[in-house]
Amino acid sequence: MIRRVLLLAFLALVCLPGPARAEPFADAVQALSAKGFRERTEAVEALAATGDARAVAILEALSEGALQTTADDRVVMVRGGTAVDAATGEVLAEPGPLNRITVNNSLRRAIRESLGRLGLFAAEPARRQAAAEALLNTQPSQESAAMLREALANESERRVRSAMEFSLAAMDLVAEDKTQRLEAIEVLSGSLDRRVRSMLQGRLAQEEDAEVRAAVEDALESIQTQVKVINFVSNLFQGLSLGSVLLLAAIGLAVTFGVMGVINMAHGEMIMLGAYTTFVVQEIFRAALPTAAFDLYLVVALPVAFAVTFLVGVGLERGIIRFLYGRPLETLLATWGISLALQQVVRSIFGATNKEVANPSWMTGGVEVVGGLMLTYNRIVIVLFALAVLAGLAALLRWSSFGLHMRAVTQNRPMASAMGIRTGRVDAMTFGLGSGIAGIAGVALSQIGNVSPNLGQAYIVDSFMVVVFGGVGSLWGTLVGAMSLGMVNKFLEPYAGAMLGKILVLVAIILFIQKRPRGLFALKGRSVEN
Amino acid sequence: MKTLRALAGVGVLTAASFLTTAAHAADTIKVGVLHSLSGTMAISETTLKDTVLMMVDELNKNGGLLGKKVEAVVVDPASDWPLFAEKARELLSKDQVDVIFGCWTSVSRKSVLPVVEELNGLLFYPVQYEGEESSRNVFYTGAAPNQQAIPAVEYLMNEEGVERWVLAGTDYVYPRTTNRILEAFLKSKGVSSEDIMISYTPFGHNDWQTIVGDIKKFAAAGKKTAVVSTINGDANVPFYKELANQGIRAEDIPVVAFSVGEEELAGIDTSDLVGHLAAWNYFQSVDNPVNAQFIKQWHAFIKDEKRVTNDPMEATAIGFQMWTQAVQQAGTTNVDAVRQAMYGQKVMAPSGFEAVMNTNHHLSKPVMIGEIQSNGQFEVVWQTEGPIKADAWSPFIPESAKLTADWTYPWVCGNCVEPRFGAKTN
Repeated sequence: MIRRVLLLAFLALVCLPGPARAEPFADAVQALSAKGFRERTEAVEALAATGDARAVAILEALSEGALQTTADDRVVMVRGGTAVDAATGEVLAEPGPLNRITVNNSLRRAIRESLGRLGLFAAEPARRQAAAEALLNTQPSQESAAMLREALANESERRVRSAMEFSLAAMDLVAEDKTQRLEAIEVLSGSLDRRVRSMLQGRLAQEEDAEVRAAVEDALESIQTQVKVINFVSNLFQGLSLGSVLLLAAIGLAVTFGVMGVINMAHGEMIMLGAYTTFVVQEIFRAALPTAAFDLYLVVALPVAFAVTFLVGVGLERGIIRFLYGRPLETLLATWGISLALQQVVRSIFGATNKEVANPSWMTGGVEVVGGLMLTYNRIVIVLFALAVLAGLAALLRWSSFGLHMRAVTQNRPMASAMGIRTGRVDAMTFGLGSGIAGIAGVALSQIGNVSPNLGQAYIVDSFMVVVFGGVGSLWGTLVGAMSLGMVNKFLEPYAGAMLGKILVLVAIILFIQKRPRGLFALKGRSVEN
Repeated sequence: MKTLRALAGVGVLTAASFLTTAAHAADTIKVGVLHSLSGTMAISETTLKDTVLMMVDELNKNGGLLGKKVEAVVVDPASDWPLFAEKARELLSKDQVDVIFGCWTSVSRKSVLPVVEELNGLLFYPVQYEGEESSRNVFYTGAAPNQQAIPAVEYLMNEEGVERWVLAGTDYVYPRTTNRILEAFLKSKGVSSEDIMISYTPFGHNDWQTIVGDIKKFAAAGKKTAVVSTINGDANVPFYKELANQGIRAEDIPVVAFSVGEEELAGIDTSDLVGHLAAWNYFQSVDNPVNAQFIKQWHAFIKDEKRVTNDPMEATAIGFQMWTQAVQQAGTTNVDAVRQAMYGQKVMAPSGFEAVMNTNHHLSKPVMIGEIQSNGQFEVVWQTEGPIKADAWSPFIPESAKLTADWTYPWVCGNCVEPRFGAKTN
């Protein structure tokens, strides 16, 4: 049967379109516009069964929503503004009003399976390999297995062969023949793929033969030990990534609160302003520049966000905060008021709804290092970025003359002033620096969360927690504080749940602060004493 | 002496109430709008405020109500639950509004409830919620669980063959009650407890790595798995981003959400979310003349073609229209008269069906399941034949199964086991 279908398909490819063979193909295409999803799913299967090479383009169009119907019920493919009759290939000059053929999940699964089968005989090895891998996602069926066997017999490329063998093994797991099943288990046993594990588990639940059961159990056990290691590593990565989010949010505060001692409740709003700047830059890129340049918008947004929040920070310090030095309660209330005002300003300008900030293509998706260990690109970028910001700031403080002045002012203001340092200017610059860093944190955080006027509030408590835990005034402490909070949170979460995990961490910090009021890395010196 | 004083008191009160009705009968009809315009909920509720203003605007263009102009009184409870109660009191006693449209979260509604009951106000609540409530002074125009959650789960069970369930929600009353109902429902359908995973997260949760990883692990057990999400508000954006980044596709693990609509999707790039589901009583993509008119009116009012419409907006519009019809029928804005006129009130809704107000103060509405499309809209993949009547009390929770809500004679009660008046029907 399958051979015959394939032969037909082959003939179809070789011969010019003839009426005898066009019939089922045209019928199947027409049936794609049927009313119910079930009928459409059947049509997809029928189309795939014709083995016609044109079916690939039609099915791809269907899954992308580019397959539409005209008023007189012709099925057309719409590509780049032109409508082409799907069955005949005729270009329609004036298609009139079009109706999209809708797709649901079960239809999408059928398309994927059909495309997989059709792709097995494609000319390019890469497509054959992709097709073989795609079949792993589908329900095992006799037809797919037979197709795979057929394709495997003709395959010469080594990588494609192994992909096919693997998918075939997954299909053979439910074969009637016991030796076939055992062979399949043999092939699958080394794999860390989650799908394979679930297939093996499913097999174990149904298997009646003792020998096969034992083989499945062995395979599962060897997988299980590897999975434990992978889980640990992925927890580690998640902790690292949460830690760097905390670090990014807290670095700016480590400067304004840690170094200057200003209880800055408006810190979160600086992050928010940075995120909104990113949004504005993105919109400008969308409107004014070619789409090819779009992926670079984040790089441009960084200095812009820094500049915007730096200026806002300097303005705040010169306008309000400098009059309140030494009065922590009033500073707290004033900065809190500023934070509310900034939120409302943003709400009035941009509206209360979330803004969409797109991930550039190099930050979407992820890489599966080994089966089950998924590292998402946006998290990797943020980890590296957070460390880079910290290193940059540390270098600035350590080696630049501004850094020297800043440290001098924090350690002993009257003495620094006596040495000719303009302390007022240093204060303004320091506050601006802290705000600017919060701004670039906002650029990064816009990539993983919401951009809304309330964005800052989500981070302010965590930021204070990190700075207080790490030790006020110590950058090193901020790093260690953020990372350890991230790790503890992520290792607790699987056991305690997200909610209880957070509570436990908070309680732990309170207890810790009782023991060491100045945090992990306490600064020693005159400034701390008074 | 005591009775005399009491009588005098009553006399003064009635006189006062007559005076006030007389006083404001003279000028305009006032409509209170009690939606947060700042704070965490502003993102969702601001749109509803605009919807009410749009309806008021429309009504005035057509000559007002009972020959009077309608005036909207907008207050901002700032996503602060106790403030909702204060603002409601202010609207009812100081501004003397005839009706209030407002609230989003269940906790804000619960805080307003005693105030409207004490002052005999009228509140229209437009958001899908957990049910288990029926107040004499509130009309619920959003969906009850049997109009949203249960049909969605049934759809996944029958059409997608789902056998394993993740119930993920934000940690507050709506998700907890809904999940309780769903858990009981799933168990009644023979799902065992090891095939149900429940997880709660705080409001605004933004680190979903662990939970999404857990969902992947849970789904690896060889049975078709789906996620039922009652995650609310802002937390949805990072949740969906993480799903997409970790490569979870709707064909493999579909997520059905009860709090994600067009407005929420406006903040996300939806190309990776195609095929995930939502259950509502209305989608913007529904194709019928009433909806086309509704969308046109909205775009004209808000002066932005890009703005979307969503289910709570539709529910607000239905509630507003029903209230105007009831006022016209009753010939007065008096709360007791309007309430009586509300029962059986019908409105041709943008969903394409006729919504009907029942005596349990809830609507009969159709249920629709939509799949997310790449343009941020939903495509309806399944819908009920006709409107479904809302259950105020869920039959799947033992304590509430025996309760009835019916505000007409002989029941006249929101949570009774048997009628309050008349002979018991045996």
